[in-house]
Amino acid sequence: MTTAPTLPVTAGPPATPSRDTGRLRHGRRWDRAAVLFLLPSLLLAIGFLIVPMIAAFVYSAARIAPLSGRVTWVQLANYGAMFTDPTFYRALLNTALFIGLTVPLSMAVGLALAVLMNSVLPGRRIVRTIIYLPLVISGVAVGLIGTFLFNDTIGVFNGLATSLGLPNVSWQSRGLPAFISLVLITLWIRVGFTMIIYLAGLQAVPVELYEAAQVEGASGWQRFRFITFPLLGPSTFFLLIMNVIYSFQVFDTVFVLTNGGPGSATEVLGTYAYKTAFGPARDQGYGAAIGVVIFLLTLIFTVVQWRTNRNRDEVA
Amino acid sequence: MAVTTARPVAAGRTTTGRPAPARRRRRSRAGLTVRIVLAVVTALVMAFPLWVMLTTAFSGQRTFDADVSVIPRRFSLDNFSRVFAAWPVGTWFGNSVVVSVITTVVTVVVSVLAGYAFAKLRFPFKTPLFLLLLATMMIPTQAILVPQFRIVNSLGLIGTFWAVIIPGAAATFGIFLARQFMLAIPNELMEAAELDGAGSLRIFWSIVLPLCKPLLAVLTLLALMYQWNDFLWPLIALKDPTLYTLPIGLQFLQGQYRTDYGALMAMTLIAVAPLVVLFLAFQRFFVQGLATTGIR
Repeated sequence: MTTAPTLPVTAGPPATPSRDTGRLRHGRRWDRAAVLFLLPSLLLAIGFLIVPMIAAFVYSAARIAPLSGRVTWVQLANYGAMFTDPTFYRALLNTALFIGLTVPLSMAVGLALAVLMNSVLPGRRIVRTIIYLPLVISGVAVGLIGTFLFNDTIGVFNGLATSLGLPNVSWQSRGLPAFISLVLITLWIRVGFTMIIYLAGLQAVPVELYEAAQVEGASGWQRFRFITFPLLGPSTFFLLIMNVIYSFQVFDTVFVLTNGGPGSATEVLGTYAYKTAFGPARDQGYGAAIGVVIFLLTLIFTVVQWRTNRNRDEVA
Repeated sequence: MAVTTARPVAAGRTTTGRPAPARRRRRSRAGLTVRIVLAVVTALVMAFPLWVMLTTAFSGQRTFDADVSVIPRRFSLDNFSRVFAAWPVGTWFGNSVVVSVITTVVTVVVSVLAGYAFAKLRFPFKTPLFLLLLATMMIPTQAILVPQFRIVNSLGLIGTFWAVIIPGAAATFGIFLARQFMLAIPNELMEAAELDGAGSLRIFWSIVLPLCKPLLAVLTLLALMYQWNDFLWPLIALKDPTLYTLPIGLQFLQGQYRTDYGALMAMTLIAVAPLVVLFLAFQRFFVQGLATTGIR
């Protein structure tokens, strides 16, 4: 599961206990039934999320034999190997680049679409549904459709380019076009998500503010810049976290569309961790170490985001 | 619960009520034209990949060599029958149904139980436990692949559907959705039942749960979507081709058919169609769930 916080607009501070947890209920002691209610979720979370996460740290200090699975302890050797592994650097760089492109682009396009869809527009519901649709499609299917669209020789886009007399693009055999194809296909499935969140935020902006601004003679852009955008702060914050996490952990689409290639031009941390641990090399200790790096970077980013944005969070 | 319903008063209002001057009205008509053009272009761009998938799947052709046709020329089911004849696609479809339905049922039950406890019950370490579960949502699948594999393997589950079902049910996003929803249920309802001598279990079953139908709908749809599309972990856990779910089968066929996009798009269509239908039927719940949790 790939997610962090609940939406700030609706969710209160997560730690706030519910109203009836105080001493209000006639000094009653705690509900023993709570154990029953909580046990299944706690067991599953501990067994298949928390223990594996701790174990990932442990295994990251091990060399695990590919076939026998025998463990020898090598302390920090796996982390040391990262520093001299060009593919790891490339995957790290590609992941950063992928975040740097997909996050701002999907947020900008999603916001524009949300504003568009929030305005008076005939057939609005149909367009909205079409924009949402790619959201429910699996990453594998998206990647596969992508390979057809971007195929060098028989692809749809190159076919269209030829029939329009435009030059063909080596979407698959050259690094930069391959990376761009990945970003484009990601935007296709991401803008709907961004739009949902922004649309929800837009609907919470009080209409009175726009009316007042209109009376004051504010232009459409001014209304957007000084009313809409600031009030969407919590949505923007939420989307920033979620989109960075999604882009950071991208796997399915890359795996199917480019499989990290050509060479390692589109290798990201997610695909590299998988290939290292379960590919031909089957170096599971090193794979676990890359996994730990992915976890730590996710953690750091989430914490930094929460801390720096705590003030803005209180706007709405 | 969801943002879309959070402020119904504001959402239901429009900017009418004041007569606009003629100039603004003219400008707004130009604005409307621009918006319509933008909306149409957006819809065409967004629908294009799916349209290509659809027309290719039903084209009956093996490859599209020098014959890229965005406009469908003929209708044929050849591509489907070809794939079905060669590979156990029906089995994969059935596997996907079995795995996602069981996982979804477990996820929903577990989430609703825990959500109720966090929303309405008193117990020690409530806040730390809640934060602990909140933190697990941050754990990326890629980070725990190796230990997860060793744990599931040592439990003897590799080679069975349980290898996917049990870890899949450990998703914690539903707990937060459930808690948030149940916090809104008035305590007075429960207190009245308590005075009548009902215990926590009885209150949960006969008072809280009947009020949770929208929650159950959202949870079910989100869990179904997540499980139906899940790829990375099943890729590792399901090695036997007779156990493949559709995403794994799809990825496997990519290696078999390579550039035979007639076959591949037909399979892709089979894999995405059930969710697309579900989404079209229950869009409101999907959107509510996505807006609240941010789960895709």
